[in-house]
Amino acid sequence: MRAPLLLSAALLGGWELYADFAGVHEGLLPAPHAVAAALWNNGGLVWRNFAVTAEQVVLGLMLALASGFALAVAMHLFPLMRRAVYPLAVGSQAVPIPVIGVLLVFWWGFGIFPKLVVIALICFFPVVVSTVDGLAAVDPEQPKLLRTLDASRWQVFRFAELPAALPAALSGARIALAVGVIGAFIAETSTPTSQAYSGLGREIITDINEFQTARAYAATAVLFAFAIACFHALGLAERKLVPWKIQPRGETT
Amino acid sequence: MPTELQSRARPVIRRSAGTDAVLLDAVSFAYPGGRRGAVHALAEVSLRAAPGELLAVVGPSGCGKTTLLELICGLQVPDAGSIACAPAVLMPQRDLLLPWLSAVDNAALALRIARLSRAQARQRAAALFVELGLDGFQHARPHELSGGMRQRVAFMRTLLSGKPLLCLDEPFGALDAITRGEMQEWLARTLAREPRTVVLVTHDVEEAVLLADRVVVLSPRPGRVIAQLDVELPRPGSLLGGHPDGRRQAGERPRHRTDPEVLALREQALSALATGERR
Repeated sequence: MRAPLLLSAALLGGWELYADFAGVHEGLLPAPHAVAAALWNNGGLVWRNFAVTAEQVVLGLMLALASGFALAVAMHLFPLMRRAVYPLAVGSQAVPIPVIGVLLVFWWGFGIFPKLVVIALICFFPVVVSTVDGLAAVDPEQPKLLRTLDASRWQVFRFAELPAALPAALSGARIALAVGVIGAFIAETSTPTSQAYSGLGREIITDINEFQTARAYAATAVLFAFAIACFHALGLAERKLVPWKIQPRGETT
Repeated sequence: MPTELQSRARPVIRRSAGTDAVLLDAVSFAYPGGRRGAVHALAEVSLRAAPGELLAVVGPSGCGKTTLLELICGLQVPDAGSIACAPAVLMPQRDLLLPWLSAVDNAALALRIARLSRAQARQRAAALFVELGLDGFQHARPHELSGGMRQRVAFMRTLLSGKPLLCLDEPFGALDAITRGEMQEWLARTLAREPRTVVLVTHDVEEAVLLADRVVVLSPRPGRVIAQLDVELPRPGSLLGGHPDGRRQAGERPRHRTDPEVLALREQALSALATGERR
């Protein structure tokens, strides 16, 4: 726990010195103390926008994990589906979100749902790829054994493939989570909204346009910390879900 | 009914073998190969085992021993010949225990597949742990167990399937010599308590002669039967009463790996193998 704190302190110290003495305009790079002050002075505004963004990230990620996992399972069980869907899933990652942002709003309105769809679209792909690979990586002898124990296809999936694929699925979830926060930013800035507080992403764009750089940095710092917190939360969930993977090192099972 | 005009007989597969537990008649099998053509694994193999018999199959690596078990278990369909076997269960070469399940849950897998509740399945498997001298290891995870213990758990998983025919694929191949000896004795005792028909595939001739009622020697690929040796000596463990501590009852002495008859059979099997290699 000490190493990350020391490193953060060193980076902040370096940033502070650079901003104070290198002659960079505070509109380009505000010093950490100015960012902290902006956060303090705009606490209410940042907090309310954060609540909007956090809700989007959490729900959007859940949508991404659920749809990515379900798609991976379907692709695993039906090879035809795999061949048909995989290229489309890859292609979907190249679609610039603003191209479809307005269409999503046309379909689902100005509420939160179109934003969740954008986040899910950005985050589902790593979940699909790693889950499909995890499901396929099951020892080919395992289904043979289970078949002689009279297991149905579903039971082979339920008893062997599904649990075996969970660690890989969670690795995918970790990647999804890391891009989830920036996904929320993209979602907020590419779909119009009707809410009073439209999230930190919108807030940041507004601040940049108004040359309120310190406040934009304050909002960014909040997103930064939120991503780390989510990552830790997933680590805890992982310990619950795949305890057999948290083993003394040196075991190869 | 259409007339059968093909010169080659269609494979016949039945899941009941009448009076025999295993009956293979002129079974051939080839894996459809890639660029280098089909791989002929077995050629006209005929075998039979009566209920309760332990049949050992020995042969050089790659002679189709594993394929033979897969055919008996119905995992492969022969290209020609006929197979009639009792319902069979496979114990593969590697234990394939599921790392996320405890030892008792691994052993109980077949019961869970048969839709028993988790508690019922666990209870029945745990009782078997006690019976077979593994009490105290029920809740260990596979990675916490030694190689020998893992094989025992895998064997219990096989046993709890309730099927009359067990197909064991080199169950002790990966164990060190001392553990292997212990496991052979444990298997013999266990089969004395829980009689089953067994087809034991091994590359260890001594193991085959020690444990089996009959030893079948296969040639190098494509495997064909080149010798069948009847071992007309009492099986180890067969007279050791119903106690896991191996208390002996009066009567004939069970065979031991150093008995002259056992050594003579071992020599016979080895020379048959050597003939097969030269061919």
